[in-house]
Amino acid sequence: MSVWIAVLATALGCYALKFAGLVAPQSVLDDPRVRRFTELVPVALLTALIAVQAFADGRSLEFDPARIAGLGAAVAALLLRAPFLVVLGIAAATTAGLRLLGA
Amino acid sequence: MANTRRDGDAAAPSGDARSAAIRDGLGVGVAVGVSGLAFGAAAVTAGLTVAQACVLSLLAFTGASQFALIGVIGGGGGLVAGSLGAVLLGGRNALYGLRLARTLDVRGARLPLTAHVVIDETTAVATAQPDKASARAGFYTTAITIYVAWNLTTLAGAVGAGRIGDPDALGLDVLGPAAFLALLWPRLTAGRTEARVALAAAAVALATTPLLPPGVPVMLAAVAVLPALLRREESA
Repeated sequence: MSVWIAVLATALGCYALKFAGLVAPQSVLDDPRVRRFTELVPVALLTALIAVQAFADGRSLEFDPARIAGLGAAVAALLLRAPFLVVLGIAAATTAGLRLLGA
Repeated sequence: MANTRRDGDAAAPSGDARSAAIRDGLGVGVAVGVSGLAFGAAAVTAGLTVAQACVLSLLAFTGASQFALIGVIGGGGGLVAGSLGAVLLGGRNALYGLRLARTLDVRGARLPLTAHVVIDETTAVATAQPDKASARAGFYTTAITIYVAWNLTTLAGAVGAGRIGDPDALGLDVLGPAAFLALLWPRLTAGRTEARVALAAAAVALATTPLLPPGVPVMLAAVAVLPALLRREESA
């Protein structure tokens, strides 16, 4: 049940932010630091999430070779300018392939 | 004479711009919308039910926050921290709304619905257009296409993942981080400030992971932005 509460709270919070931006006074954007902060926060949070999902299991740090190789393959695909879904497919296939081989 | 000619010239490109905006919207909407497949599969892999995955896509409707919440839940993290982190990630949509308010100029009954579709992709298409009319056309085309595609593919991904034996064996656990990486890639390679912020954020999150409840290190990583702001202030 509590997962439901988290799902609904997240939905409500996300909607409130979208709505607030659309109706907020335009003068908020005049401060360059506000602009800068809102531009960079997603970079920080998303990178942190990638790092944690790649190298942590709950509270312990771990190194799962198949998972890291999958992300490495994703980086290679991105460097080759592959489309979004192709990047995801290559990452999952690499990880799955290595696990099949017993990595 | 000159005025008439200019008006005539402006009319033709404006129509073209509008069709181009609609084409942009359809392309982005379908290409990104179908990645709801990855979200649906990852959500069920993380332990959500099919209904929970679908409600998130219908009501939260912002990919990064949705992946963030299921990432924390899948990692056994606290639900409060997970929700807070996800909502914090949705903060950039508020900035998009600020930027788009004047362009879209919505009032009345359409405002609450328009607010719901202020996300990365609709903003990207709208801000790429040369005039207001095509910006609006691009915005709403992207919005409708991506909303339908994202929700249908979330359902398909969630149901499909439920029929799969061991999700890890298929490498589905790598979909979340790979999706974030792909979404972030243009920003990470765009400038040194972004790369520095990213590295610092990853370091903060990993260093505090053994010490704090899951979900909190990701939120804490927002402090990695502060040095970039201070540096800006000094140079200004």
